[in-house]
Amino acid sequence: MKYGYFPGCSLERNAAAYDKSARAVAEPLGMEFVEVEDWNCCGATEYISLNLLASYALSARNLAQAVRTDGLGELVAPCSACYLNLTKCDKSMRESPSLAAKVNEALAAGGLSYKPGSMRVRHLLDVIVNDIGFEALRAKVTRPLTGLKVAPFYGCFVARPGYVQFDDTEFPVTLDRLLQALGAEVVDFPLKAQCCGGHMTQISEGMGLEMIRRLVKTADDRGADLIVTICPMCQLNLDAFQGAMNRHFGLNLHVPVLYFTQMMGLAFGLDQAALGIGSELVSSRAALAAIGATPEGEAGGPPKRVKKDDKALPMPAPLMRA
Amino acid sequence: MTEKIGVYICHCGSNIAGTVDCPEVSRWAAEALKARGVVVARDYKFMCSSLGQELIEKDIKELGLTRVVVGACSPHLHEPTFRGACGRAGLNPYLCEMVSLREQVSWVHTDKAAATAKAKAVVSGGVERVIHHEPLESLRVPIHPATLIVGGGIAGIQAALEIADSGTPVYLVEREPSIGGHMAQFDKTFPTLDCSACILTPKMVTVGAHPNITMLTYAEVTNVDGFVGNFAVTIRQKPRYVKADLCNGCAVCEEKCPKKVVDEVFEAGLGYRKVIYRPFAQAVPKYPVIDRENCTFFLKGTCKACEKFCPTGAIDFEQKEEIITIQVGNIILATGFDLFDARRIPQFGLGRLPNVFSSLEFERLCNAAGPTNGRVVMRDGVTTPRAVGIVHCVGSRDKHYNNYCSSICCMQSLKFAHLVEERTGATVYNFYIDMRTPAKGYDEFYQRLLEEGVIFIRGRVAEVTDVPQRPEEEGRLVVQVEDTLIGQQRRIPLDMVILSAGLEPRHDAKQVAKMFGISCSADGWYIEKHPKLDPIATMTEGIYIAGVAQGPKDIPASVAQGAAAAARVMGRIQQKEIALEPVRASIDETRCSGCRICNNMCPFNAILYHADKAVSEVNPALCQGCGTCVAACPAGAISGTVFSDQQVLSQLEGLLLRNLQPATV
Repeated sequence: MKYGYFPGCSLERNAAAYDKSARAVAEPLGMEFVEVEDWNCCGATEYISLNLLASYALSARNLAQAVRTDGLGELVAPCSACYLNLTKCDKSMRESPSLAAKVNEALAAGGLSYKPGSMRVRHLLDVIVNDIGFEALRAKVTRPLTGLKVAPFYGCFVARPGYVQFDDTEFPVTLDRLLQALGAEVVDFPLKAQCCGGHMTQISEGMGLEMIRRLVKTADDRGADLIVTICPMCQLNLDAFQGAMNRHFGLNLHVPVLYFTQMMGLAFGLDQAALGIGSELVSSRAALAAIGATPEGEAGGPPKRVKKDDKALPMPAPLMRA
Repeated sequence: MTEKIGVYICHCGSNIAGTVDCPEVSRWAAEALKARGVVVARDYKFMCSSLGQELIEKDIKELGLTRVVVGACSPHLHEPTFRGACGRAGLNPYLCEMVSLREQVSWVHTDKAAATAKAKAVVSGGVERVIHHEPLESLRVPIHPATLIVGGGIAGIQAALEIADSGTPVYLVEREPSIGGHMAQFDKTFPTLDCSACILTPKMVTVGAHPNITMLTYAEVTNVDGFVGNFAVTIRQKPRYVKADLCNGCAVCEEKCPKKVVDEVFEAGLGYRKVIYRPFAQAVPKYPVIDRENCTFFLKGTCKACEKFCPTGAIDFEQKEEIITIQVGNIILATGFDLFDARRIPQFGLGRLPNVFSSLEFERLCNAAGPTNGRVVMRDGVTTPRAVGIVHCVGSRDKHYNNYCSSICCMQSLKFAHLVEERTGATVYNFYIDMRTPAKGYDEFYQRLLEEGVIFIRGRVAEVTDVPQRPEEEGRLVVQVEDTLIGQQRRIPLDMVILSAGLEPRHDAKQVAKMFGISCSADGWYIEKHPKLDPIATMTEGIYIAGVAQGPKDIPASVAQGAAAAARVMGRIQQKEIALEPVRASIDETRCSGCRICNNMCPFNAILYHADKAVSEVNPALCQGCGTCVAACPAGAISGTVFSDQQVLSQLEGLLLRNLQPATV
């Protein structure tokens, strides 16, 4: 399957590991990414609240370039911020012809135009879950992530009602299911769709660090070896600011934060270096040592049965959604 | 032109006359349609009144009218009225045609001149059509005195008792091993707090012992044939593996059965039952059933503990499923509801967070005969909660799930709040959107709860979480809610949360409706004949509905509907026969190609296919005259009385005013 590919600025720098691993897992899954020619920044998180028209024009230029690049009609954005901005731009232009006219006037200066609705913007997670599917994923797993406890973290960009269609916006589950398909144990992580703080550490440090603390501490409390993200912003906050957060609150947490594509690559048996593992600041080495390194005899076999407290009441089994 | 036609234009107060110039329509009809046989045209303020009807009757007698056209509301409302007037004056009622000047003209237009012109066209169409009407006689079919009631909850029980007490036989079919329905699971009922079992079980016992009631529990209807007065119903009796004639209900088998499983039905998953079981101690009938899927003997071939200990030799592992066929004249569907599965809203935590309970789980928790003997404790089975939150409208009034209000949840939540407070002394919070307490004694109960110190927070809950943000939240559940009365987000630390889940149609309601030839609304509830004036009948003659299957309602309303459906059925039985509308489709065998397109389109299962002759036939007693097959038949082999091609095409000609002399247009 062939898709337009919009890496975005993060994937060229701080999230290079995301780009590397996304491209690495695309090949075994039969996905071909055609990078949009001469793309520009999507405007990130702030620009849209400073200058709406210019911000939409930035995104619309990318959409126009994408149409021009290959005309595939589907554009994959691995970065959640880029994904939301591009989606928002297309939707707003569709809903407001007057906005679309103004944006196209701006694009005309560069000899471009964009017809709203001609490009379907999709998050990489959506494409892998819905186009590839869990069955095909499972078939590629050669080194199951058995024994690894992970906290799935979606962040807030893919949980915006009205824009995001591929998962529940209150309590998304696609990443949970994907990680389960790779063999990992997914911990109950109720904060999975909360905000990581965005650029809050630069605006109000105490508040930003508190938001990070809440997420890292809860993942740690739930026994997670790793936090798995789908967004460069979330990865940056939870990884790069984990040390500052520990100092601020006098904690000593150590929860590595990796991209879901890195987890897929690991499960597919790909080389860690090819997935950019090791570039994270909170090292994942200790956590990853567990995979495939279980001493003989312990692997497999049912867990030890805990003696049942006969007073305890049964509770409903969690609902597994298709 | 041999027909003498009378045209009557109703003002309907100002409903029609406000937008349509009724006297003008009447004048025009008398003049322009004279050549088409109109001998008199009148307008009147309320044609449906006695005086209005007398106008028509008088004209029929004095002017010798042979056809009548009434331009008024809709046939749905007043066709029987005007047909009755014609009948009283000696004119065959089916020679009367009603056209809609209200729903299809005045209510949907604002331009008086255009509406008046349209009204004239509509009347003209009616005149052309009525010329082709034929005198018809209604069909009369006998009513079989027996009644089938599907569903043994409180609505079905009430209906069964009313009918059986009147002296006619009733078959009561229930899917579960015992009758009683959801009401049997409750501890207390709102707003009086009387014990649910105490008021329900006497009725159950009466049903069990009633000479006119045949109870078929652990059984399901699999097929319905026939029509009003004469249904043939096929019922599948699942094997109980217990001989009813030998079992004395001593329950030794239950005691000795070595295997326990979680009871997902009666205990709502909160408790256990044995593999041979009665759902509860007061079950009616008293005979247990063996749950074949979990029984050690059926799984492994050994055990038979129940057989060994049974003092009367009632266990029979060889019992087979039985197919029973019965004849009944009327059917009441009282199939109840399923509770909304609150796990579908994962942010509320059911199935994830141990101390989040569904409302049905809580009913069992506080039931004296439940898993904890009525002690309100947390999921560990021992700890008494100090703070309990009750979330209203879970799965109701929510566009992601069900838009409708489930009607009972406010009162149920108040009842829960009272029981928690009474039994644990805990602080109780109710999180509500709007408080809805409209019935007798309900708001007084709400006020009593306010006085008891229960805390009410108006706002929709965002989530129930176990992730603490403040020290007092450590190790507890937290409800995050926007308190819309103070305009602030609040976090309330709690020990236990009860989700007041809404009511949903049974998961198989659509299939059941199809089997009985009735329809479901978009939400899945059975559709009544009229939402206000006939809430217990359906569009299919002889099929009635009662209880929550028709829409969310509380126990008093379910009982009232059960009794109302029973009264209707008893009236029918008393009449011994029923007159059916002669508006029917019929198939011209010589033109039918046997393509069977019409067979599956019929919403009333009225079309039979004769494989030997390769033709389809309409059963006139089952046909409701909807006309679907007439339109669908590619060979034009089906025609309907009252809606023949000739009648419909003539009406179109009339609507287009092609019937007028050029000079009068």
